[in-house]
Parts: sequence; structure tokens; C-alpha cells
Amino acid sequence: MVILLNENYHVCTGCALLCDDIEVVIDGSRIIEVKTACRKGVARMKGCSKPMSPTVDGQEIDINSAIATAADILRNARTPLVFGLGNSTDMAQKKAIELAKRLGAVIDDTSSFCQGPILEAIFNEKIRSTTLEDVRNKADVIVYWGADPSNSHPRHLSKFSYFPRGLERQRGWEEDRTMVTIDIRKSHTAKISGDKFYQIPLQGDAEFIDALIDALSGKVPKVSFDYDTKRILELANILKKARFGIIFVGLGLVYSIGNIDPVVKLMDKLNKISDFYLIPMVGHYNMRGFNQNLFNETGYLNRVRFEKGDSNNVRHGVEFSIVESLNNKTIDAALIIGSDPLSSLPRVVVEHLLNIPVITIDPCETFTSGNIKSKSKLGTNLTIPSALSGVECGGSAIRMDGVEVVFEPIIETDYPTDEEILTRIIEAL
Amino acid sequence: MANAMEIYQLLPKTNCKECGKATCMAFAVSLLSRELTVNDCPPLKKDDFKANYEKLSDMITPVEGAAETGMIVHEDKCFGCGNCVVACPVNVADDPHGTGIGRAPTSDKVILRVEDGIVRTSNVHECRRFGKDKILCNGCIVTCPTEAIEFI
Repeated sequence: MVILLNENYHVCTGCALLCDDIEVVIDGSRIIEVKTACRKGVARMKGCSKPMSPTVDGQEIDINSAIATAADILRNARTPLVFGLGNSTDMAQKKAIELAKRLGAVIDDTSSFCQGPILEAIFNEKIRSTTLEDVRNKADVIVYWGADPSNSHPRHLSKFSYFPRGLERQRGWEEDRTMVTIDIRKSHTAKISGDKFYQIPLQGDAEFIDALIDALSGKVPKVSFDYDTKRILELANILKKARFGIIFVGLGLVYSIGNIDPVVKLMDKLNKISDFYLIPMVGHYNMRGFNQNLFNETGYLNRVRFEKGDSNNVRHGVEFSIVESLNNKTIDAALIIGSDPLSSLPRVVVEHLLNIPVITIDPCETFTSGNIKSKSKLGTNLTIPSALSGVECGGSAIRMDGVEVVFEPIIETDYPTDEEILTRIIEAL
Repeated sequence: MANAMEIYQLLPKTNCKECGKATCMAFAVSLLSRELTVNDCPPLKKDDFKANYEKLSDMITPVEGAAETGMIVHEDKCFGCGNCVVACPVNVADDPHGTGIGRAPTSDKVILRVEDGIVRTSNVHECRRFGKDKILCNGCIVTCPTEAIEFI
């Protein structure tokens, strides 16, 4: 399924919902008003508060020299890391994969410490997934597990899941839909689900899943923590009666269970007695796109190493994740595209980035680009500004449910796109 | 948020009727519904009640920003999720193929819409809480995750 843009509307690239009904007011080359988008989307579409400039070790340079320096750094590296791309278009991602092949690089994205395992199961058809349009039209039982879309994807409930009227759910949230939230704290989303909020203890997810499977099988559910058995039976009853159920899996669940076997078990059980689907709550707007593109190319969705000179020789494993590559210090240069590992990973993990040359391609100053610039001890540190994807450059991206969304640029810019920068680096190599 | 009882506590409580109302409690209710202003109470302007006058003015300031239906949107709490826009029964009735199915408004009749990431009101006379035959609809209040919407 591909969603083509209606000419009156723009696509918001603030998160993986890729809302395609956004109107903007433009003054010259700036967006001054954004209609229908949430605050996250508005912040993204109005542009950076601190735009990045092309620099090498803090000294301003022109963009052509920056690209030439980037090519030099990557050429001289033994094992470079290409990381990020969750905020880049499909074409830029494909170019990055081509670059990684040429360099014999390790390539990874945030999914290796995010929704990777769930997406892998969906790509390998171990778990059934569906589209958000089907959720809007058919879903009667909606479960948010370890997710708080009110903060991470603000329009999730209002655009697709709980509140809108759907073709088979004309009476919407008041009568036709039941929303359940399972979380360790009463989040903003949990507040909306009212008495259908099931609060479980930290790391209690796997045990709760087992108890739920027992309850679905007609057994008495048992958990080691203090929990009212009647409530688990009540939840099992809601799930059993679902005609079209959907589970939205958040990072809370993924981090808690370690491996996803309990989720696969639960989905198998649910599909024996009712009709259930699962969609991961992907964060960055095109993280799933990167996973899909790399999967199409290599059969793996992240944590890949290409062999230099033999692009068909692909290795995959935990050791090629950004975390392990930095921990084991196996990489000697990093190309970070549209990502901010210094804010998303612990300091002990990312410390190695201060010892190696780092190239950051991003429209805005990030915690990574700012800190690497000021605290680096050994490496060359290069920043290359790019066009803001989805606002200043068009392309296509894959939404959290696997649907491709095509979008056009909204305003013009002098900055090159991620794709252009990567193409020029490949040419310079 | 101000309520009539809190306002009453700050009034002279003499039922002097100088404001045109029968009692100070009636004046408090009129103040809350923005029928009268703090300055309409002559005794309150005297030096004896100076502190109360200032307190009341502060208390009534947010109420002055409310829509005619008494709706207040706390902009610092709203993050533009649009739950209220899609859940509002008036929006659904007037724009079934736009806000009714979770998409951008396609009709000018909608009473809630999101602009610059914050919910804005328009056509308030269409709101179920407007006018003499109002009903206490709470579609936008119960669906707000951050309690950003309040009615006075």
C-alpha cells in the first residue's frame, strides 16, 4: 500500500505516524503556521532552533571541503560505522547502504536498541501485523502495552486507533471500541483508558503475559507479585471477545522481556481464539524504512557488516550493533546521519565516539554534534548540514505499520539533502 | 480555578444590593459568568477591601480569557493530540469525513481544531454548552490526557 499525497496537504515527519493531512502557512522561505499537526510535528516543521553549519573541529568550512574531508576520513578508516538514518528518506537510506557496501562498513540504526526484535518477527512473518487504516476501520479492542502514544505519537489515538469513527466502527470510542493500557505507571495514555488500565510492576511483563495466556486457556492465572486475579481474567475476557484486536507494542515491553518469545506466544494464543494483530510503536519517522531497505538488500534489518571489496559477503550479529561496536572499540570512524547517539545511549557506551573521527550529517545542532565538537580528544570531527527531511526535501518513507508514504518538499533550501551528500561522498571515494 | 464560593468569601458579604443584585452570592455567580466585573461592586473599591479587590482581580483574570461557553484551554498543558477535536460530538456531526474519522477539518463549522500544536475554538455558539438550553457535555474534557481543557 502506498499513500500518495493529496495536493492540499503536506506530510509531517515528526514521528512514524507520518500524518498526511497537514496544512501550512508559508512566509517567504519559512513555515510560520502549521495546522492539524501536534506540537512535536509543529516543532519539526518549523525547523531547527539551532541550525548546524559545516565545521571541522569547530572551525567553519565550506560544504564542498566538508564533503571532501568526510570522504578522506572514511577512506582512511579500517572499519567505519554508518549509523542513524531514521530521519532520512528511503533514497538516502539506500545511498547509505551503498556507501557502507563500498567502505566495508558496519551499518546499524536505532532499531538495534529499539523495536528491532519486533520488526524482525514481523518481517519474518512470525507475528501478524496490519495497517493503521484497518485499525481505524475495524479495531474494537486496542491494547497499548508499554507505550505512551499521548507523548510519543500524540495523534495516534485521535487519528487511527481509539477516537475516530471507522467504516465498521461508526460509533467510535463511546460504544464501539475498548482501549486497554498495560504499563508500569499511570501514563497520560493510561489515564484515557480509565478502569481498563492494568498497572504491572517493573520487569513484570513476561510473567503477566504467561498469566494472561493461562487465563485465555481457562486456567487460573498466577503471578508472583501482588495482583488481583479477577482483573487478569477480566482482561482475558475482553481480549477473547475481540472481533479485530490490535496490540501496540512500546519500548516498555520490548526492554522488559529481553527476547520476544512471550509476545509471539501470546499472539499465537490470541489468534487461536480471536483475531489479533500487532504494530510496533516505531519512533523515528523512517526507522522502519531503513529496516525494510536493509532487509531487502541483505536479509537482515540492522547490525550488519559488509566486507570491503566483496559486497555479497554480509555478516550479521550482535557484535555489529552500535552499542557493541563502541563497547568493543571495533570501529575507527563513525558517520552519523540524522541521529543523536549521545542523547539516546549511556555515556559509558558512547565515550569511544570521542576518540575516533566522527562525521555528523544533520539539519540541526544535536547533543552529539555539539559535544563531540567541544570534548573530542583525538578524532577529527566534522559536521555537515543537510536539508530538513520532509520539510526542505521530499521523498518517501515507511510508516510504523509498513505503509509507504510519499511526500514533497514544502519549502526550498540551499542545503543539500542527505541523499545528495551521500552521493557526493561516494563520488569522492 | 475560581468558583463562586471562593469569590463570595472575598466579597463584603453585606448584601447591600448596590451592584443591582439581590445578594453578594448572586454577585459572585454573575462575576463568574462574566455578566459583571469586579468594579461593579462599589464597596469593594474602598480601602478596607483593597487586598480582597486585588485577590479577586487575580482570581478572575483566567476566567476573562474563557470562551463564551466557559471553556478554557491551558495552552501550556495542551500538546495538540487532537483527541478533543475528534471526540467532540458537534465536530463529528458537522464534519463526518474530516474530524469525524480523525483527519484534518474539512468544514468551517467545526468548533475545535488544532493550530500550531494547540487546540483552538471557533463557532462556540455550536457547542452543546452554549446558550440557555445547554447540556453538560464533557466529550473534550474526559478525552484530554493532560487536563488542558476546563469549563468554568
